[in-house]
Amino acid sequence: MAQLFTKHKQIEGEIDDFLDLIIEGGLLFKKGVHFYLDGRSEEFEARLSDLRRLEKDADKLRRSIETKLYLRTLIPEFRGDVLGLLEHSDAVLNKIADTLLLFSVEIPETLEDLNESHYDLAHNAIDASENMVKAIRAYFRDLSAVRDNVKQVQFSREETNRIAEKYKRDVFQRTNLRLSHKIHLRYFAHNIESIADEAEDVCDRLSIAAIKRYI
Amino acid sequence: MEWFFLLSGLFLGWSLGANDGANIFGTAVGTRMVKFRTAALVATIFVILGAVISGGGTTETLGQLGAVNALAGSFTVALMAGLTVAMMTKMKLPVSTSQAVVGAILGWNFFTGSPTDYKALVEIVGTWIFSPILAGIFAILLYLLARRFLGNARIHMLQMDAWTRIGLIVVGAFGAYSLGANNIANVMGMFVFANPFESVSIGGIAQFSGTRQLFLLGSAAIGVGIFTYSYHVMTTVGNDIFKLTPILALIVVLAKSLVLFVFASQGLERILLSVGLPALPLVPVSSSQAIIGAIIGVALVKGRTGINYNTIGRIASGWVTTPLIAAALSFVALFFVQNVFEQEVVKQRDNSPTEVQADIPSDVSITPNKQYHYATINMTGFDAYCSKPYPSHGVVTGSVQAGL
Repeated sequence: MAQLFTKHKQIEGEIDDFLDLIIEGGLLFKKGVHFYLDGRSEEFEARLSDLRRLEKDADKLRRSIETKLYLRTLIPEFRGDVLGLLEHSDAVLNKIADTLLLFSVEIPETLEDLNESHYDLAHNAIDASENMVKAIRAYFRDLSAVRDNVKQVQFSREETNRIAEKYKRDVFQRTNLRLSHKIHLRYFAHNIESIADEAEDVCDRLSIAAIKRYI
Repeated sequence: MEWFFLLSGLFLGWSLGANDGANIFGTAVGTRMVKFRTAALVATIFVILGAVISGGGTTETLGQLGAVNALAGSFTVALMAGLTVAMMTKMKLPVSTSQAVVGAILGWNFFTGSPTDYKALVEIVGTWIFSPILAGIFAILLYLLARRFLGNARIHMLQMDAWTRIGLIVVGAFGAYSLGANNIANVMGMFVFANPFESVSIGGIAQFSGTRQLFLLGSAAIGVGIFTYSYHVMTTVGNDIFKLTPILALIVVLAKSLVLFVFASQGLERILLSVGLPALPLVPVSSSQAIIGAIIGVALVKGRTGINYNTIGRIASGWVTTPLIAAALSFVALFFVQNVFEQEVVKQRDNSPTEVQADIPSDVSITPNKQYHYATINMTGFDAYCSKPYPSHGVVTGSVQAGL
């Protein structure tokens, strides 16, 4: 019996570690965007490198969890939902890492007077991913808290969309910028915005999965 | 030859194990929460324990209905009950072993001209209707309790999974014990009055009565049924009928097991009587119908609409059709066995009084209609009673005259 609980505890720990990596990834992203906008390129590259390593670790951990859930035939009635949640939340982390990588590859010419909006955009998008993680943790332990966390994700996503729209309008209303420059900045705003969109998609799945968990 | 006659009972036991084993562990094995080997081993051990320790009560009630006292008669009754179950299953009609056995015994009564105890018959038929309702009530209470507890417990999903697995095994063990205690009467009840086993002494310390040896053999047949065929039922038919999550399966199986237990437990009966409450009759009930009652109970409390009342109607129709078909088959088969194969299907009656030993608690007041239960508290006395030709009229030693 003790062995049964030890095995379950081990996977429980791995799921928590995986969710910790998403939180850590979000924090690295926020720092990375700050350093990029402040022109501190070395620190930015260091954060990007940490984030890419972390993303790989998260992928490995997710595969390990999935394999164990299948091999040990654990949580049979919820396994599909759990695997779906892990895969989609991993996609959110991938999106975070890919977006920061784009800053390094494409080196967008950001506008200093819009930096505050850029910070806000990144913060709100990461808020959505952090609340998504809270909602997933609640799904495993405390179903009654899932709804509250999902609501927070929805709020953060709406806020992100609002900031992104304001940012894009601001950029496109400027007559002194090339169209290619405007499109490039819009592309970055859109990428950051889609982090929150993906977090919300995960929560939509989560809401349905939570209903199935009520006995 | 007498061993050959027991084969029909063993066949009935095998079929009961194959079908009712799936009722206990169907969802647990179907969802791979519990390995089949573990489920089958636990079920077999506890079916045997239930039958040998607590199987006497329901057997006695069947005996009141009709004491089949010749081995060839017992063989025919058990065979026809088994045939009824097999035929109705093949025709996809709802069927219960308990009801088929009662019908087949009534067929023997009609054929041999033996009197039918209509009080016992009403008691048995009433229990068939009452047991699914009681299972539904138990399931609703257990479900509400589980929802309240699990809603506040904040247990991690994976920890819950581990507890559910343990729960399914523990509840399955209880379910198997209840099944053995309640349904052994269906398998071996008709052989008790024509029991070929003698009581044996175990190292001069304890007596292993003939009836218990019979129950051991019958429950072993149930175990063989669980091991050899229930996996097929669990992974096919069982899953089609019961689309339950493991936690709901645990609730439903526990509700069903409680019903089988309360209709089989002589201990519970003694407790109820000792505190002046009416005791539930000790009657073999249908495990399938009890589990369906429990599922309907859970569905109602979850607010599910769309309960298929046609299914309920079909189940209820089984209460009538199964005993009728079994009685008719038994009557015809007994005619052939007696007149074509020239076997003795009923023994000559002896109306002389028989003295039966029974341990009756001195502080318990006994109502006339409950005397027979006390007369069987001592299994040795019960065996002595069973070995007498039907209809024995026993006199319980002490201050009570029991109309056995």
